[in-house]
Amino acid sequence: MIKRLRENKSFQGTILATPTLIFMVGLLIIPLILTLIISFGSRSADGNVIYGFSLHNYVRMFGFSTDCQNGKSTCFDPLYTQIMWRSLSLAFNTTFLVILLAYPLSYFVARSHPKRRNTFLFMVLVPLWTNFVIRVYAWMMLLRTQGVINGVLGWLAGLFGLHFLPLEMLYTPGAVLVGMVYEFLPFMILPIYTSLEKIENSLYEAAADLGANPFRTFLKVTLPLSMPGVVAGTILVFIPVMGTFIVSDLLGGKQVILVGNLIQRQFLDARDPTFGSAASLILMVMTLIVTYFYTRKFGFGEEIIAV
Amino acid sequence: MNPYRRSLFIRLTSVLVYAFLYAPILVLIVFAFNSSRTNVNFGGFITHFGPLTMEGSTVIQSPCGPFHWFCELGKNREVMGATKNTLTVAFISTITSTIIGTLAAMALQRYNFKLKSFTQVSLYIPIVIPEIVMGIGILVLFSQLFTFLNGLFGITGDARLAMGLPTVIFSHIAFSIPFVTLVVQARLQGFDKSIEEAAMDLGANELTTFWRVTFPTILPGILSGGLLAFTLSLDDFVITFFTTGPGGTTLPIYVYGLLRRIITPQVNALSTVWVLIVFSIMLLLQRVQNRNT
Repeated sequence: MIKRLRENKSFQGTILATPTLIFMVGLLIIPLILTLIISFGSRSADGNVIYGFSLHNYVRMFGFSTDCQNGKSTCFDPLYTQIMWRSLSLAFNTTFLVILLAYPLSYFVARSHPKRRNTFLFMVLVPLWTNFVIRVYAWMMLLRTQGVINGVLGWLAGLFGLHFLPLEMLYTPGAVLVGMVYEFLPFMILPIYTSLEKIENSLYEAAADLGANPFRTFLKVTLPLSMPGVVAGTILVFIPVMGTFIVSDLLGGKQVILVGNLIQRQFLDARDPTFGSAASLILMVMTLIVTYFYTRKFGFGEEIIAV
Repeated sequence: MNPYRRSLFIRLTSVLVYAFLYAPILVLIVFAFNSSRTNVNFGGFITHFGPLTMEGSTVIQSPCGPFHWFCELGKNREVMGATKNTLTVAFISTITSTIIGTLAAMALQRYNFKLKSFTQVSLYIPIVIPEIVMGIGILVLFSQLFTFLNGLFGITGDARLAMGLPTVIFSHIAFSIPFVTLVVQARLQGFDKSIEEAAMDLGANELTTFWRVTFPTILPGILSGGLLAFTLSLDDFVITFFTTGPGGTTLPIYVYGLLRRIITPQVNALSTVWVLIVFSIMLLLQRVQNRNT
């Protein structure tokens, strides 16, 4: 046995990887397969799962309702397709805004003096390590009708003797967008910083020597070389935004329902785990498709593990 | 040409983005010292020790003065229980996933075996699928498994298998392993194998070589992987939410439950303590890291 272990490299590798394999198969692969099996089933009256094979959960998710008010056998109900579309467009908008905010800051940090670089980077990490739920709570305090932003605006209006009506900001789609941007901004800054930091200063000098103005240098040198960071950051932002339900739950209230909220409700309130499972798998496929096309177009950088 | 020159636009935007990152946290901390109980408005700082008037009428004893809400927090049994759970989960899952993940990183980087590419691909899955999908999967697994086992052995009442702290711990180990493995793997990629060969040539056996040469070299990678696992565990909401049960409430779950019902300065006090602890740990690590390099 011992002799075999010492000589057989393949056997050694398998042994070292076995604990990881057990966890990955047991708590990732098997759960995903079970989710798939359940999504084909239906719900019993007391909320349990009846196994079977039917695509009705998927059909329902894409808007085809089988019991309609007007007596027809099938009709179109856009509720769930609207939810999917809302999640997708929110994820795109969030990613776009996050890139706009993260890029200048990453550039600032990457081009600062090496002695100060770590401090600036550290300042990005502190908000990231403050708990996710707590960060949403901070925005609740800021955006409420009697919250901090309205307080400051009211005070300013008072200075000029103006009448001020508090803005209704909490429980709007805008509040959810701001919350998402805030939550995931650091995930974009770190990979962009990593790729910008690798750019040698001589490249900028060469571009300048060859007569390129700062804008042209940015377009022809900085931006192409930092694309791996932007791609990695996009994946790190887009995927979690698609699945997060706390931000929309606490900042969007009943106004903004995303796929994440839909799934959560099926498992906890509405008690239809089979429909929830189907929604969860559709969410997974949606993110995989977007990620696949995105990475195929722009490549997949090592910056993904920069966080 | 000054290599560190950044245009006014870049500097100005950066200051604004930093302000955007920090303003909410500062507001959170300021409200932890709020003298208004409902925390809707800022009623001014608590300035004195002893009896405290809130909302004009209620008088409460506040021996802690400005730190009134922090003392209330200390007396809150639910918070203390959730803190204990959070730390238990974080420590157990970090230690387990760091060991398991490091072994897998060694296997993937050094050996060829049948399931190598399968292992590698499975490690990428949690990164490219939304967390909620994994959380739902684990929930489905445990609930179906427990229903089956309870039925099979006829377990009833309080003895029934149910979700709780153990299921949370297992799930945290599972989602931490990929991150630890990838970080340690990255470290092993830059490893110069000739120093191992040198050790062997000088008469060290495999075990001595590992403990005296390989392990110290990849230790920074293992530590940063472990640190990542620890922070992921502390911060996790989604997977915990779906895999928790009675007795398994962690701090993020507790805070979320509270936020849906009431808002009290106690949450701000809790947030302040959290921010300060995380800040001190990170500052300490930063110092240690700077000394090493």
